[in-house]
Amino acid sequence: MKIRHGLPWPLRVAGPLLIAAILAFMLLPVIVVTLAAFNDKAILAFPPKHWSLQWFARVLTYSDFQSGFNSSLVVTFWASLIALVIGTGIAITVKRLDFKGKDALQAILMMPMVVPQFTIGLGLLILVAQVGLDRGYAILILCHVILVLPFVLRSVYVSMENLDERLEHAAASLGAPPMKVLFTVVVPLLGPGLFGGWLFAAILSFNEFTASLFITTESTQTLPVTMYNYVREFADPTLAALSVVYIVVTASLLAFANYFLGLGKILNIEESP
Amino acid sequence: MNMYSRLKGWLISPAVIVAIGTCSALMTVLQFSLRTYVPGSLDVGGFTLDNFSGLMKSIYLSALGNTLCLSVETMVFSLLLAYPLAYALVRVRNRALKSVILIMSLTPLFLGEIVRTYSWTVVLGSNGFVNTVLRKLGLIEWPIDLMFTHFGVVLALVHVTIPVTVLMLGAAISHINRDYERAAQSLGANPVKIFVTVTLPLSMPGILASSTTAFAWTFSAFATPQMIGGGRVPTLSTLVYQLGLSSLNFPLAASLSVIGLALTAVSLLVFGKLTVRLKRIGGH
Repeated sequence: MKIRHGLPWPLRVAGPLLIAAILAFMLLPVIVVTLAAFNDKAILAFPPKHWSLQWFARVLTYSDFQSGFNSSLVVTFWASLIALVIGTGIAITVKRLDFKGKDALQAILMMPMVVPQFTIGLGLLILVAQVGLDRGYAILILCHVILVLPFVLRSVYVSMENLDERLEHAAASLGAPPMKVLFTVVVPLLGPGLFGGWLFAAILSFNEFTASLFITTESTQTLPVTMYNYVREFADPTLAALSVVYIVVTASLLAFANYFLGLGKILNIEESP
Repeated sequence: MNMYSRLKGWLISPAVIVAIGTCSALMTVLQFSLRTYVPGSLDVGGFTLDNFSGLMKSIYLSALGNTLCLSVETMVFSLLLAYPLAYALVRVRNRALKSVILIMSLTPLFLGEIVRTYSWTVVLGSNGFVNTVLRKLGLIEWPIDLMFTHFGVVLALVHVTIPVTVLMLGAAISHINRDYERAAQSLGANPVKIFVTVTLPLSMPGILASSTTAFAWTFSAFATPQMIGGGRVPTLSTLVYQLGLSSLNFPLAASLSVIGLALTAVSLLVFGKLTVRLKRIGGH
């Protein structure tokens, strides 16, 4: 008996068409910017009449992009690493220990999920100006740690749910000191969750723009801030070329992660059979 | 005695430092919103409420209205577009097709605000994709204005918000127990009825969670209204930036931020109340 296809035919056709249309909307800017990147004229026109790779060459030779990329790497490296270490530590403590002010600490750490970035950026900018400090890497890294920590925390919490506490007790009862339990039992078992949290933190930090705009100086300018300043100064398709680089790298990373790790599982959108 | 007690200090104190950083940033904003602005100086005068009365001008009020309007519109449209996508993502059986939908709907999330917004300027510009296509088709003679308009900003914001909405809705839909749908089916309900009376209500928690996120994200969005709006679609974020970094009027920028924080808090409360009420109706 076939009751599965009780859907009237217009709906059966309309469904896939609707999905295709929405996906087309998602892809439209990606496709358009890619075509614009190969334009040989120094204006943003669509479609290009003649093709050229000169804007890709300019991406590689424009020195501000290089220094922006370097700053971004420094900030992303430290911010994602620090956020991972702090996030793991606090997630374990929250799940396994009770201490005074636990709920308050958690609430404060999760706050950047809803507090606008421009508010945090403005706050840190004023704070640094008041204390008379330089707007160096330290404050920028602190800012990124504040912003990405909630995402690391969430990712580690989810992994902690599946961690059997008895394994830790077993190790401890066999004489392993707490530090050893942490590094030989907990951290390896949390591995995939930690990696997921770190990756997410790194991507967010690398792309963070709004708060960074407030607290970077010329010498600490990260890549997104450099890109923003470029658009304000020039109207040529160099940024389109850089966008293409971004798109290719991001899509390949995602396809890679999906193939080897199964994004559906990491993102928790897999149906249980 | 818990084995981690001895490590407690080591595990907690770094997080406390970060929490202190967050609090000091927010307290600084709060404090500066109550200080007198001294023109031409970064130092501020005594305590006052003048900044808040200074915000009672039409430019700030309309930016406030704009921001709320943009947030609600973006929330509604991204929900309408993301739901079918999330549904397809979870329910499509073909693995390859599933991967394609997943990667196509997620890639924009990881591109960063600047790349996404810049790409939209190429789509919406007067020599951009939309205008070129419409002109080639003979539908328009002169370029229509899409850049620097409310419509253009909403379009780009919806595009920014869809990926995260798809993720949250996908998580909700994938956790629906399909036995309920099968039960409805065996009782003779047609697919449309099953969707409306079973699937949709069961995904309500996901719908509310993703609405909250979409609203909060749009409320604090900066790059999109700044680059696509180009100053003609002022929002809280663009004005705070202008006041803080261009005019260096920290007190006024801070008081505008405080208004933003208050509005965020109120809307989160409203969403929270709605969630509780819906859960009660749903009998969860």
